[in-house]
Amino acid sequence: MEISYFAIIIGAIFVNNVVLAQFLGICPFLGVSSKVETSLGMGAAVTFVMALTAVVAWPIQTYILVPLGIEYMQTIVFILVIAALVQMVEIILKKVSPSLYQALGIFLPLITTNCAVLGVAILMIQKEFTLLQSVVYSVSTALGFALALVLFAGIRERLDFEEVPAAFRGVPIALITASILALAFLGFSGLV
Amino acid sequence: MNKLKIILSGIVKNNPTFVLVLGMCPTLGTTTSAANGMGMGLATTAVLIMSNLVISLIKNLIPDKVRIPAFIVVIASFVTIIQMLMEAFVPTLYASLGVFIPLIVVNCIILGRAEAFASKNSPFDSMLDGVGIGIGFTLSLTVIGAVREILGSGAIFGMNLGISNYMPLVFILAPGGFLTLGYLMVLFNKLVKK
Repeated sequence: MEISYFAIIIGAIFVNNVVLAQFLGICPFLGVSSKVETSLGMGAAVTFVMALTAVVAWPIQTYILVPLGIEYMQTIVFILVIAALVQMVEIILKKVSPSLYQALGIFLPLITTNCAVLGVAILMIQKEFTLLQSVVYSVSTALGFALALVLFAGIRERLDFEEVPAAFRGVPIALITASILALAFLGFSGLV
Repeated sequence: MNKLKIILSGIVKNNPTFVLVLGMCPTLGTTTSAANGMGMGLATTAVLIMSNLVISLIKNLIPDKVRIPAFIVVIASFVTIIQMLMEAFVPTLYASLGVFIPLIVVNCIILGRAEAFASKNSPFDSMLDGVGIGIGFTLSLTVIGAVREILGSGAIFGMNLGISNYMPLVFILAPGGFLTLGYLMVLFNKLVKK
């Protein structure tokens, strides 16, 4: 299928935003979005891991799983690849750049169970992208994730100063806020 | 521990959706109709019961350091089995749940229960815990799906109520998912937590 890279990028960041339209990666979206600074860190870590996952998972699917006829092993293989990648990134970062490790460190173990990473790996295979398209798709999806996270964190920082009724406090008000944000992103639909 | 209490605690006191707030992605992503929500809940329940049982059986064989990867492999195997069964027997449901079926692997409820319950309790109790949490999850998803289906498309379990022309479609779309879950959570807080 012939899709322009521009369409993939805009589609993944705005139109089909991974959090606000596809409901992937909600846990970190609700969990680590109380400050803009931490959500930037999380966004960077996810972008890094997602790009790596695309580079590793695509060849595995194309050159190992498909020729052997064991596509049904996809879920198991991909989750192991992601877990191993996250572990490796953690070890390398610790050695090479301790300051970056300090900044991203706490987010890395969380990424293994971030369904956005596995979700994107499965979706890029489903959409029959080439390797380069897959990488572009993964990186733009991750940027969309970071965008949603940072916007949401900005709103929640202000929400802290508001009087919220007891039953709404915590997750419920966050969900209602996310709903309004998703409504705004709905305005992008039909763009690509 | 009282057997019935294990099951009941999963439905109300430890309700995975409204109290523990775990597994939000499938909760929001698959509840566009009551039937979809229920299907997702049942698929997750099946994986949860089986993985709880197996993990509880092999908990003494796994070295502590590699337990998380070992748990994930067990869970991923059951997810793959469920995925193949659903593709064969309920292809329409399989198609409408889409990517969320393989994503049961990273559903925090399952790994969470493996770590918090199955790795410490007997196989039978772990199965019961899976049943309780599974029912709690399935009920929550069915309720959310039903509310969204009624408000969004004026139907329930696919049965048209004859009011579909007056209903705002937005409840089937992403914003409606967040909104419905948010308000249902407020309701649950009011009724149960006081």
